[in-house]
Amino acid sequence: MIETLKARVNGDEALVRRGRFLTTTLLLEVGPTAWLISIFEGQVVSVTRGPFVMPSSSFALRAPEEEWTKFWSHRPPPGSNDLMALIKRRVLKAEGNLQIFMANLRYFKEALAKLRPAGAAA
Amino acid sequence: MTARFEPIIGRYMHLDLFGRHHRIYVEEAGEGTPLLCLHTAGSDGRQYRALMNDERITSGHRVIAFDMPWHGKSSPPSGWHNEEYQLTSAQYTTMILEIMTALELDRPILIGCSIGGRIALHLALEHPEAFRAIIGLQAGAHVDPYYDLNFLHRPDVHGGEVSAAIVSGLVGFDAPDAERWETLWHYMQGGPGVFKGDLYFYKLDGDIRSRVAEIDTRRCPLFLLSGEYDYSCTPEETLAVASSVPGSEVSIMKGLGHFPMSENPTEFLKHLLPVLEKIKGR
Repeated sequence: MIETLKARVNGDEALVRRGRFLTTTLLLEVGPTAWLISIFEGQVVSVTRGPFVMPSSSFALRAPEEEWTKFWSHRPPPGSNDLMALIKRRVLKAEGNLQIFMANLRYFKEALAKLRPAGAAA
Repeated sequence: MTARFEPIIGRYMHLDLFGRHHRIYVEEAGEGTPLLCLHTAGSDGRQYRALMNDERITSGHRVIAFDMPWHGKSSPPSGWHNEEYQLTSAQYTTMILEIMTALELDRPILIGCSIGGRIALHLALEHPEAFRAIIGLQAGAHVDPYYDLNFLHRPDVHGGEVSAAIVSGLVGFDAPDAERWETLWHYMQGGPGVFKGDLYFYKLDGDIRSRVAEIDTRRCPLFLLSGEYDYSCTPEETLAVASSVPGSEVSIMKGLGHFPMSENPTEFLKHLLPVLEKIKGR
Protein backbone atom coordinates (compact mmCIF):
# COMPACT_ATOMS: atom_id res chain seq x y z
CA MET A 1 0.00 0.00 0.00
CA ILE A 2 2.82 2.41 0.86
CA GLU A 3 4.03 2.12 -2.75
CA THR A 4 0.88 3.94 -3.87
CA LEU A 5 2.04 7.08 -2.09
CA LYS A 6 3.89 8.29 -5.18
CA ALA A 7 0.85 8.27 -7.45
CA ARG A 8 -1.51 9.54 -4.75
CA VAL A 9 0.65 12.51 -3.77
CA ASN A 10 1.74 13.41 -7.28
CA GLY A 11 -1.87 13.28 -8.42
CA ASP A 12 -2.79 16.10 -6.04
CA GLU A 13 -1.72 19.26 -7.79
CA ALA A 14 -2.37 21.54 -4.80
CA LEU A 15 -0.37 19.32 -2.44
CA VAL A 16 2.59 19.21 -4.83
CA ARG A 17 2.41 23.00 -5.20
CA ARG A 18 2.50 23.47 -1.43
CA GLY A 19 5.58 21.23 -1.34
CA ARG A 20 7.42 23.03 -4.14
CA PHE A 21 10.23 24.13 -1.79
CA LEU A 22 10.55 20.68 -0.24
CA THR A 23 13.27 18.28 -1.34
CA THR A 24 14.16 15.59 1.17
CA THR A 25 14.24 11.90 2.01
CA LEU A 26 12.40 10.52 5.01
CA LEU A 27 12.48 7.14 6.63
CA LEU A 28 9.02 5.76 7.42
CA GLU A 29 8.84 2.78 9.73
CA VAL A 30 5.63 0.80 9.87
CA GLY A 31 6.35 -1.62 12.67
CA PRO A 32 9.33 -3.70 11.52
CA THR A 33 9.09 -2.57 7.89
CA ALA A 34 11.11 0.45 6.76
CA TRP A 35 10.47 2.62 3.74
CA LEU A 36 12.57 5.39 2.25
CA ILE A 37 10.49 8.10 0.66
CA SER A 38 12.28 10.59 -1.57
CA ILE A 39 10.64 13.89 -2.40
CA PHE A 40 11.83 16.40 -4.99
CA GLU A 41 10.15 19.80 -5.09
CA GLY A 42 6.95 18.39 -3.66
CA GLN A 43 6.77 15.32 -5.90
CA VAL A 44 7.38 11.88 -4.47
CA VAL A 45 10.08 10.47 -6.74
CA SER A 46 10.62 7.08 -5.08
CA VAL A 47 9.21 4.83 -2.37
CA THR A 48 11.67 2.05 -1.54
CA ARG A 49 10.99 -0.82 0.79
CA GLY A 50 13.70 -1.97 3.23
CA PRO A 51 15.44 -3.60 4.87
CA PHE A 52 18.33 -1.21 4.40
CA VAL A 53 21.96 -1.54 5.40
CA MET A 54 22.67 2.16 5.80
CA PRO A 55 19.49 4.17 5.14
CA SER A 56 20.20 7.87 4.77
CA SER A 57 17.36 10.26 5.54
CA SER A 58 16.83 13.72 6.97
CA PHE A 59 14.32 12.47 9.52
CA ALA A 60 12.38 9.37 10.49
CA LEU A 61 8.78 8.67 11.49
CA ARG A 62 8.38 5.44 13.45
CA ALA A 63 5.19 3.87 14.78
CA PRO A 64 3.85 0.36 15.38
CA GLU A 65 1.94 -1.17 12.49
CA GLU A 66 -1.36 -1.19 14.37
CA GLU A 67 -1.07 2.56 14.95
CA TRP A 68 -0.53 3.27 11.25
CA THR A 69 -3.44 0.95 10.44
CA LYS A 70 -5.73 3.07 12.59
CA PHE A 71 -4.29 6.29 11.13
CA TRP A 72 -4.92 5.00 7.61
CA SER A 73 -8.45 3.80 8.29
CA HIS A 74 -11.42 5.40 6.54
CA ARG A 75 -12.53 7.13 9.73
CA PRO A 76 -9.64 7.15 12.19
CA PRO A 77 -10.74 7.08 15.82
CA PRO A 78 -9.93 10.02 18.12
CA GLY A 79 -6.24 9.92 18.98
CA SER A 80 -5.38 8.28 15.66
CA ASN A 81 -6.62 10.90 13.20
CA ASP A 82 -3.47 13.00 12.97
CA LEU A 83 0.33 12.68 13.17
CA MET A 84 0.38 15.08 16.14
CA ALA A 85 -2.24 12.96 17.89
CA LEU A 86 0.05 9.95 17.54
CA ILE A 87 2.99 11.99 18.82
CA LYS A 88 0.90 13.20 21.78
CA ARG A 89 0.18 9.57 22.70
CA ARG A 90 3.91 8.82 22.38
CA VAL A 91 3.29 6.08 19.80
CA LEU A 92 4.82 7.98 16.87
CA LYS A 93 8.48 8.86 17.20
CA ALA A 94 9.73 11.70 15.02
CA GLU A 95 13.52 11.77 15.00
CA GLY A 96 16.27 13.51 13.05
CA ASN A 97 16.23 16.98 11.49
CA LEU A 98 12.71 17.93 12.49
CA GLN A 99 13.00 21.46 11.11
CA ILE A 100 12.17 19.95 7.70
CA PHE A 101 9.23 18.06 9.17
CA MET A 102 7.82 21.03 11.08
CA ALA A 103 8.41 23.62 8.33
CA ASN A 104 6.36 21.39 6.01
CA LEU A 105 4.05 19.87 8.59
CA ARG A 106 0.84 20.38 6.62
CA TYR A 107 2.46 18.74 3.59
CA PHE A 108 3.59 15.66 5.52
CA LYS A 109 0.25 15.28 7.31
CA GLU A 110 -1.69 15.48 4.07
CA ALA A 111 0.76 13.34 2.11
CA LEU A 112 0.64 10.48 4.61
CA ALA A 113 -3.14 10.77 4.94
CA LYS A 114 -3.25 10.01 1.19
CA LEU A 115 -2.82 6.36 2.14
CA ARG A 116 -6.34 6.32 3.58
CA PRO A 117 -9.00 4.65 1.44
CA ALA A 118 -10.10 6.82 -1.48
CA GLY A 119 -12.58 9.44 -0.40
CA ALA A 120 -11.43 9.63 3.22
CA ALA A 121 -10.68 13.06 4.65
CA ALA A 122 -7.11 14.24 5.07
CA MET B 1 -25.59 38.22 -4.60
CA THR B 2 -27.03 41.01 -2.51
CA ALA B 3 -24.77 42.47 0.17
CA ARG B 4 -25.73 41.48 3.68
CA PHE B 5 -24.45 42.68 7.04
CA GLU B 6 -24.14 40.52 10.11
CA PRO B 7 -25.54 41.94 13.37
CA ILE B 8 -22.04 42.00 14.93
CA ILE B 9 -20.67 45.39 15.96
CA GLY B 10 -16.91 45.78 16.47
CA ARG B 11 -15.23 48.59 18.39
CA TYR B 12 -11.77 49.45 19.69
CA MET B 13 -11.49 50.00 23.42
CA HIS B 14 -8.62 51.89 25.01
CA LEU B 15 -7.76 50.47 28.40
CA ASP B 16 -4.81 50.32 30.76
CA LEU B 17 -3.83 46.76 31.64
CA PHE B 18 -0.87 45.76 33.80
CA GLY B 19 0.11 49.45 33.95
CA ARG B 20 0.32 49.80 30.15
CA HIS B 21 -1.94 51.30 27.54
CA HIS B 22 -3.76 48.81 25.33
CA ARG B 23 -5.99 49.10 22.28
CA ILE B 24 -8.37 46.17 22.38
CA TYR B 25 -10.82 45.05 19.76
CA VAL B 26 -14.25 44.05 21.09
CA GLU B 27 -17.15 42.58 19.14
CA GLU B 28 -20.68 42.08 20.32
CA ALA B 29 -24.15 41.17 19.20
CA GLY B 30 -27.51 40.69 20.88
CA GLU B 31 -29.22 41.94 24.02
CA GLY B 32 -29.83 40.42 27.39
CA THR B 33 -27.70 38.44 29.79
CA PRO B 34 -24.04 39.16 29.04
CA LEU B 35 -22.19 36.17 27.60
CA LEU B 36 -18.46 36.83 27.58
CA CYS B 37 -16.47 34.65 25.17
CA LEU B 38 -12.77 33.77 25.42
CA HIS B 39 -10.92 32.54 22.34
CA THR B 40 -8.25 29.84 22.14
CA ALA B 41 -4.47 30.29 22.15
CA GLY B 42 -3.11 31.92 19.03
CA SER B 43 -6.52 32.79 17.62
CA ASP B 44 -9.06 35.59 18.12
CA GLY B 45 -12.67 36.46 18.79
CA ARG B 46 -13.85 35.47 15.31
CA GLN B 47 -14.12 31.95 16.71
CA TYR B 48 -17.45 33.04 18.21
CA ARG B 49 -18.93 34.42 14.96
CA ALA B 50 -21.61 31.74 14.86
CA LEU B 51 -22.88 32.48 18.36
CA MET B 52 -23.16 36.15 17.48
CA ASN B 53 -25.12 35.31 14.35
CA ASP B 54 -27.59 32.94 15.96
CA GLU B 55 -30.86 34.50 17.07
CA ARG B 56 -31.54 31.65 19.46
CA ILE B 57 -28.63 33.07 21.47
CA THR B 58 -28.66 36.78 20.66
CA SER B 59 -32.37 37.16 21.44
CA GLY B 60 -31.60 36.63 25.12
CA HIS B 61 -27.88 37.32 25.41
CA ARG B 62 -25.46 40.14 24.80
CA VAL B 63 -22.64 38.09 23.27
CA ILE B 64 -19.23 39.72 23.65
CA ALA B 65 -15.83 38.57 22.42
CA PHE B 66 -12.60 40.53 22.68
CA ASP B 67 -9.31 39.82 20.96
CA MET B 68 -6.68 39.44 23.65
CA PRO B 69 -3.77 41.88 23.38
CA TRP B 70 -1.38 40.67 20.63
CA HIS B 71 -4.26 38.75 18.96
CA GLY B 72 -6.58 39.49 16.06
CA LYS B 73 -7.19 43.22 15.73
CA SER B 74 -5.89 44.04 19.22
CA SER B 75 -2.41 45.47 19.12
CA PRO B 76 0.44 44.50 21.38
CA PRO B 77 1.34 47.31 23.78
CA SER B 78 3.94 49.89 22.78
CA GLY B 79 7.42 48.45 23.29
CA TRP B 80 6.41 44.97 22.17
CA HIS B 81 9.12 44.80 19.53
CA ASN B 82 11.81 44.11 22.11
CA GLU B 83 9.79 41.73 24.25
CA GLU B 84 8.97 38.05 24.32
CA TYR B 85 5.24 37.62 24.77
CA GLN B 86 4.30 35.22 27.56
CA LEU B 87 0.81 34.95 28.97
CA THR B 88 0.54 34.25 32.71
CA SER B 89 -2.42 33.23 34.84
CA ALA B 90 -2.26 36.51 36.74
CA GLN B 91 -2.27 38.65 33.58
CA TYR B 92 -5.03 36.63 31.98
CA THR B 93 -7.23 36.91 35.07
CA THR B 94 -6.62 40.65 35.41
CA MET B 95 -7.34 41.21 31.74
CA ILE B 96 -10.72 39.48 31.87
CA LEU B 97 -11.85 41.20 35.08
CA GLU B 98 -10.70 44.65 33.89
CA ILE B 99 -12.45 44.25 30.57
CA MET B 100 -15.64 43.16 32.35
CA THR B 101 -15.45 46.27 34.51
CA ALA B 102 -14.77 48.52 31.54
CA LEU B 103 -17.76 47.09 29.68
CA GLU B 104 -19.89 47.30 32.85
CA LEU B 105 -20.86 43.64 32.62
CA ASP B 106 -22.95 42.53 35.56
CA ARG B 107 -22.11 38.92 36.43
CA PRO B 108 -21.80 37.65 32.87
CA ILE B 109 -21.92 34.05 31.81
CA LEU B 110 -18.35 33.19 30.89
CA ILE B 111 -17.55 30.81 28.06
CA GLY B 112 -13.93 30.05 27.29
CA CYS B 113 -12.22 27.49 25.08
CA SER B 114 -8.85 25.79 25.55
CA ILE B 115 -6.72 28.43 27.29
CA GLY B 116 -10.05 30.18 27.78
CA GLY B 117 -11.40 26.99 29.30
CA ARG B 118 -8.40 26.74 31.59
CA ILE B 119 -8.68 30.33 32.82
CA ALA B 120 -12.39 29.66 33.28
CA LEU B 121 -11.39 27.08 35.89
CA HIS B 122 -9.09 29.63 37.56
CA LEU B 123 -11.94 32.16 37.63
CA ALA B 124 -14.43 29.59 38.91
CA LEU B 125 -12.03 29.01 41.78
CA GLU B 126 -10.90 32.54 42.53
CA HIS B 127 -13.74 34.82 41.41
CA PRO B 128 -16.94 32.76 41.40
CA GLU B 129 -19.03 35.71 42.60
CA ALA B 130 -18.18 37.67 39.45
CA PHE B 131 -20.01 35.24 37.15
CA ARG B 132 -23.55 33.98 36.70
CA ALA B 133 -22.19 30.69 35.37
CA ILE B 134 -19.01 29.43 33.77
CA ILE B 135 -18.82 27.22 30.69
CA GLY B 136 -15.46 25.61 30.02
CA LEU B 137 -14.92 24.28 26.51
CA GLN B 138 -12.02 21.87 26.14
CA ALA B 139 -11.17 22.68 29.73
CA GLY B 140 -8.54 20.59 31.45
CA ALA B 141 -6.44 21.29 34.51
CA HIS B 142 -3.12 20.77 32.73
CA VAL B 143 -1.57 19.70 29.42
CA ASP B 144 1.95 18.34 29.15
CA PRO B 145 3.98 19.72 26.23
CA TYR B 146 4.00 17.12 23.45
CA TYR B 147 6.16 18.89 20.89
CA ASP B 148 9.05 21.33 20.92
CA LEU B 149 7.32 24.71 21.29
CA ASN B 150 10.36 26.47 19.81
CA PHE B 151 9.18 25.39 16.36
CA LEU B 152 6.33 27.87 16.74
CA HIS B 153 8.67 30.84 16.60
CA ARG B 154 11.90 30.59 14.67
CA PRO B 155 12.90 32.18 11.39
CA ASP B 156 13.30 28.98 9.39
CA VAL B 157 9.72 27.80 10.08
CA HIS B 158 6.73 29.90 9.00
CA GLY B 159 4.89 30.65 12.25
CA GLY B 160 1.42 30.88 10.75
CA GLU B 161 1.78 27.75 8.65
CA VAL B 162 3.18 25.66 11.47
CA SER B 163 0.66 26.89 14.04
CA ALA B 164 -2.24 25.93 11.79
CA ALA B 165 -0.59 22.62 10.88
CA ILE B 166 -0.05 21.75 14.53
CA VAL B 167 -3.67 22.36 15.47
CA SER B 168 -5.30 21.08 12.26
CA GLY B 169 -5.77 17.58 13.64
CA LEU B 170 -7.51 19.01 16.70
CA VAL B 171 -10.45 19.92 14.50
CA GLY B 172 -13.13 17.24 14.75
CA PHE B 173 -13.42 14.73 11.96
CA ASP B 174 -16.90 15.85 10.96
CA ALA B 175 -16.23 19.59 10.74
CA PRO B 176 -17.50 21.15 7.51
CA ASP B 177 -14.63 22.19 5.27
CA ALA B 178 -15.52 25.89 5.26
CA GLU B 179 -15.57 26.16 9.05
CA ARG B 180 -12.52 23.92 9.46
CA TRP B 181 -10.39 26.10 7.22
CA GLU B 182 -11.81 29.37 8.60
CA THR B 183 -10.69 28.14 12.02
CA LEU B 184 -7.22 27.30 10.72
CA TRP B 185 -6.92 30.60 8.86
CA HIS B 186 -7.15 32.42 12.19
CA TYR B 187 -4.11 30.42 13.31
CA MET B 188 -2.25 31.22 10.12
CA GLN B 189 -2.82 34.92 10.83
CA GLY B 190 -1.35 34.93 14.33
CA GLY B 191 1.59 37.24 15.05
CA PRO B 192 5.10 35.87 15.54
CA GLY B 193 5.46 34.03 18.82
CA VAL B 194 1.93 34.76 20.01
CA PHE B 195 0.61 31.18 19.95
CA LYS B 196 3.80 30.09 21.70
CA GLY B 197 3.39 32.84 24.30
CA ASP B 198 -0.17 31.71 25.03
CA LEU B 199 1.03 28.14 25.48
CA TYR B 200 3.29 29.35 28.28
CA PHE B 201 0.06 29.75 30.24
CA TYR B 202 -1.51 26.58 28.88
CA LYS B 203 1.38 24.18 29.41
CA LEU B 204 3.44 25.74 32.19
CA ASP B 205 2.12 28.63 34.27
CA GLY B 206 -1.59 27.76 34.29
CA ASP B 207 -1.42 24.28 35.84
CA ILE B 208 -4.37 24.12 38.25
CA ARG B 209 -4.38 20.38 39.02
CA SER B 210 -3.60 20.82 42.69
CA ARG B 211 -6.45 23.31 43.26
CA VAL B 212 -9.21 22.38 40.84
CA ALA B 213 -11.07 20.30 43.42
CA GLU B 214 -11.56 23.46 45.50
CA ILE B 215 -13.99 24.93 42.95
CA ASP B 216 -17.35 25.44 44.68
CA THR B 217 -20.18 25.13 42.18
CA ARG B 218 -22.67 26.39 44.78
CA ARG B 219 -21.04 29.79 44.34
CA CYS B 220 -20.93 29.58 40.54
CA PRO B 221 -22.33 26.78 38.34
CA LEU B 222 -19.71 25.09 36.16
CA PHE B 223 -20.45 23.38 32.85
CA LEU B 224 -17.81 21.48 30.89
CA LEU B 225 -18.18 20.64 27.20
CA SER B 226 -15.38 18.85 25.35
CA GLY B 227 -15.05 17.45 21.83
CA GLU B 228 -14.03 13.83 21.49
CA TYR B 229 -11.38 14.48 18.81
CA ASP B 230 -9.38 16.82 21.03
CA TYR B 231 -6.02 15.25 21.84
CA SER B 232 -4.70 18.45 23.42
CA CYS B 233 -7.29 18.56 26.18
CA THR B 234 -8.64 15.04 25.94
CA PRO B 235 -12.14 14.03 27.03
CA GLU B 236 -10.45 12.06 29.83
CA GLU B 237 -8.81 15.23 31.13
CA THR B 238 -12.12 17.10 31.12
CA LEU B 239 -13.83 14.15 32.80
CA ALA B 240 -11.10 14.19 35.45
CA VAL B 241 -11.90 17.83 36.23
CA ALA B 242 -15.60 17.03 36.36
CA SER B 243 -15.12 14.13 38.73
CA SER B 244 -13.08 16.26 41.11
CA VAL B 245 -15.53 19.20 41.11
CA PRO B 246 -18.82 18.22 42.80
CA GLY B 247 -21.86 19.76 41.12
CA SER B 248 -20.16 20.38 37.79
CA GLU B 249 -21.93 19.17 34.66
CA VAL B 250 -19.96 17.59 31.85
CA SER B 251 -20.70 16.50 28.31
CA ILE B 252 -18.38 14.94 25.71
CA MET B 253 -19.37 16.08 22.24
CA LYS B 254 -19.21 13.33 19.59
CA GLY B 255 -17.40 14.13 16.38
CA LEU B 256 -16.26 17.56 17.59
CA GLY B 257 -12.72 18.66 18.34
CA HIS B 258 -10.81 21.42 20.11
CA PHE B 259 -12.61 24.41 18.53
CA PRO B 260 -16.29 23.42 18.71
CA MET B 261 -17.80 26.91 18.41
CA SER B 262 -15.73 27.69 15.33
CA GLU B 263 -15.12 24.36 13.57
CA ASN B 264 -18.69 23.05 13.64
CA PRO B 265 -21.15 25.62 15.02
CA THR B 266 -24.27 23.72 13.98
CA GLU B 267 -23.34 20.67 16.03
CA PHE B 268 -21.89 22.71 18.88
CA LEU B 269 -25.04 24.75 19.37
CA LYS B 270 -26.97 21.55 19.98
CA HIS B 271 -24.83 21.17 23.11
CA LEU B 272 -24.63 24.83 24.11
CA LEU B 273 -28.29 25.85 23.86
CA PRO B 274 -29.48 23.39 26.55
CA VAL B 275 -26.72 24.65 28.85
CA LEU B 276 -27.83 28.25 28.36
CA GLU B 277 -31.42 27.16 29.08
CA LYS B 278 -30.30 25.57 32.33
CA ILE B 279 -28.43 28.71 33.35
CA LYS B 280 -31.51 30.82 32.56
CA GLY B 281 -33.60 28.63 34.83
CA ARG B 282 -31.33 29.04 37.86
